[in-house]
Amino acid sequence: MAMERSYPAVLADRYAELAPTLAHHSVGWLNRLREESAARYRSAGLPTPRVEAWRFTNLKDLVATDFALAQALPPVALDSLPRSSLLAVNGHVLAFVNGKLRADLSTLDDLPAGVTLLPLSEALRREEGILSAHLGRVVETVENPFIDLNTALMEDGIVLSLAEGAVLDKPLHIVSIGVSTQGGDKPVAFFPRLLAVLGKNARATIFESHAGIGDGAYLSAMLSEIRLEEGAHLEHYQLQNEGRAAFHIANAYAQLAAGAVYDHFALQIGSRLSRNEVHAALLGEGARCHMNGAYLGLDKQHLDSTTFIDHAVPGCSSREVYKGVLDGQAHGVFQGKILVRRDAQQTDGHQLNRALLLSRGAEVNAKPELEIYADDVKCSHGATVGELDETQLFYLQARGIDRDSARALLIEAYVQEALDEIGNAEARLPFQRLVGGWLKSRKD
Amino acid sequence: MSLIEIKNLHATVDGNAILKGIDLTIEPGEVHAIMGPNGSGKSTLSYVIAGREGYEVTEGDILFDGKSILEMETDERAIAGIFLAFQYPVEIPGVANTTFLKAAVNARRKAAGEAEVDAMQFLKLLREKTKLLGVTDEMLKRAVNVGFSGGEKKRNEILQMAVLEPRFAVLDETDSGLDIDALRIVADGVNALRGPERSMLVITHYQRLLDYIVPDKVHVLAKGRIVASGGKELAQELESTGYAGYADTEAA
Ligand SMILES: Nc1ncnc2c1ncn2[C@@H]1O[C@H](COP(=O)(O)OP(=O)(O)OP(=O)(O)O)[C@@H](O)[C@H]1O
Ligand SMILES: [Mg+2]
Repeated sequence: MAMERSYPAVLADRYAELAPTLAHHSVGWLNRLREESAARYRSAGLPTPRVEAWRFTNLKDLVATDFALAQALPPVALDSLPRSSLLAVNGHVLAFVNGKLRADLSTLDDLPAGVTLLPLSEALRREEGILSAHLGRVVETVENPFIDLNTALMEDGIVLSLAEGAVLDKPLHIVSIGVSTQGGDKPVAFFPRLLAVLGKNARATIFESHAGIGDGAYLSAMLSEIRLEEGAHLEHYQLQNEGRAAFHIANAYAQLAAGAVYDHFALQIGSRLSRNEVHAALLGEGARCHMNGAYLGLDKQHLDSTTFIDHAVPGCSSREVYKGVLDGQAHGVFQGKILVRRDAQQTDGHQLNRALLLSRGAEVNAKPELEIYADDVKCSHGATVGELDETQLFYLQARGIDRDSARALLIEAYVQEALDEIGNAEARLPFQRLVGGWLKSRKD
Repeated sequence: MSLIEIKNLHATVDGNAILKGIDLTIEPGEVHAIMGPNGSGKSTLSYVIAGREGYEVTEGDILFDGKSILEMETDERAIAGIFLAFQYPVEIPGVANTTFLKAAVNARRKAAGEAEVDAMQFLKLLREKTKLLGVTDEMLKRAVNVGFSGGEKKRNEILQMAVLEPRFAVLDETDSGLDIDALRIVADGVNALRGPERSMLVITHYQRLLDYIVPDKVHVLAKGRIVASGGKELAQELESTGYAGYADTEAA
């Protein structure tokens, strides 16, 4: 039987169920936005591997799961979550459990002048002008059913807005914890939303830790909209460390005005199936983007990193390095598209992706894609997939180091090198700790 | 008892016969040199001694302390006291030289049932050895052999030997790529390790090294066999005559 291009739109019927209960349904423009999104999503459904962009990641298990929207907060004590599964970051914290704000776990200290930072639920209640001005704008023209799904069903999230020249004094740490349901309850789905708008020359740092409690399934599907005005600089670090039966489908879209800088790094180590998409549109001259990441997969994990860098104007630069380590029967996917439009002369775009396979059952699909319409550009990409180097292993063993320890040393070196792409040493540290834990927990 | 005894050793590499019946016995405290044309099997012999994968012994035996080592893994041989200074030292990006040396020292201590080496104590030990060999602190911090010059790599090999204090060391062309000063430094380092309990097999193309590290015996390896053995004067002889006289010695 030939496969169709779309799966049924799971959760689409939940919109009708949710609509009347939405605290904010009195806001007309938002209701319209939601309804349009829900309708679009319902008719489009979810992509099957027949759709080129989803060739390597099959959503069939997600589609086969009967999710419910997260209801009241589970009475979970966060002590049950090992601290080590989150990034250790000092900063403002906004914590969510199954997508709902946990004020008791959040700390928003005094904010500097020109900074607005608050939960989306509160911003909606206050009908903050920034929402009607920006929510949905960055992704307006993008076709992606997960955007529509998030917009239709989002309940809470984060709104960060910086006025011209404002600086967020400490990093913002977004903590999202999925708690899987017990017994006969349906697995939950939640749709956090981040809206970050940085005015001219504003600066901010955002960390995200996505983790889970319990062994069951849930769906965590965040959407981030990021707008960087001229000269603004955002450092954006993501940790995907969801529960091992969880689905994680996250989408981040950034727009950069002239001279803006977007520094991004994503580490994926959790979930059973994940797709972390990061998109950056370089819309003003001299915009720069670093889009880096690493994925470490074990057992039957499926970890997909999909990125898109759009060079729309002249004189922008992008640098992208992704590294993966796959053990057991893990499946890694890297898709990196760089589009250089006809006007984007003097584009400087480099991409590298490497994967290390530690077992016969492990697999990686890499699809670098350079689409270049300008003629005066410096662009390159490289991809390698390999195993541990036998010569290096022999050298270490010849010094008395046993094979397992030698492998562990080489794997650690490889992973640490991936983290070296995080230019900011302070931001690198929490990732190094996490990776150290991962290396210890995996057994040869 | 001889420290190392190689008996009628035949070995293949990826199915190709390379070593074709080598006999070589080294007593404790002795230094032997092996010379021989390119491709004669010198490095192959060193890898077979170290137990490299893909190097298969098809006949004969290697005894260390009177016991066969053929069934031992590479790391087990190293811990038993066998050391190979590589002709081409391997670069290991991402692993600091110090980390690597410490892991090697701790592997030995673990096997001996001892606790891991104290970090301060280890650094002190390292300082002593590096001074002797002109290895800088900077080289210790860098990834193993990455970005090292040819000569630095060779000095790093001897540093490892000095730290690990093996009982039997094979030095595979440790002199190649060294300038005259470095050659003397390395030779001094090697000589400092000579002792009544420690034996060495020095593979070289040049008589010059043997002026510094004076061997007890010299062997000529050609086409996978030892075709001549003698005292240190054999090396001098080879310097003037070359290997021409040995080229046809292989039995048809
Ligand atoms: N994987 C292999 N498959 C087939 N032949 C091999 C392989 N590796 C090495 N050889 C061959 O084995 C022979 C011996 O090589 P070896 O490296 O031991 O020589 P050597 O005496 O150390 O030479 P040199 O003086 O140049 O270092 C060479 O002819 C080489 O081509
Ligand atoms: Mg050789």
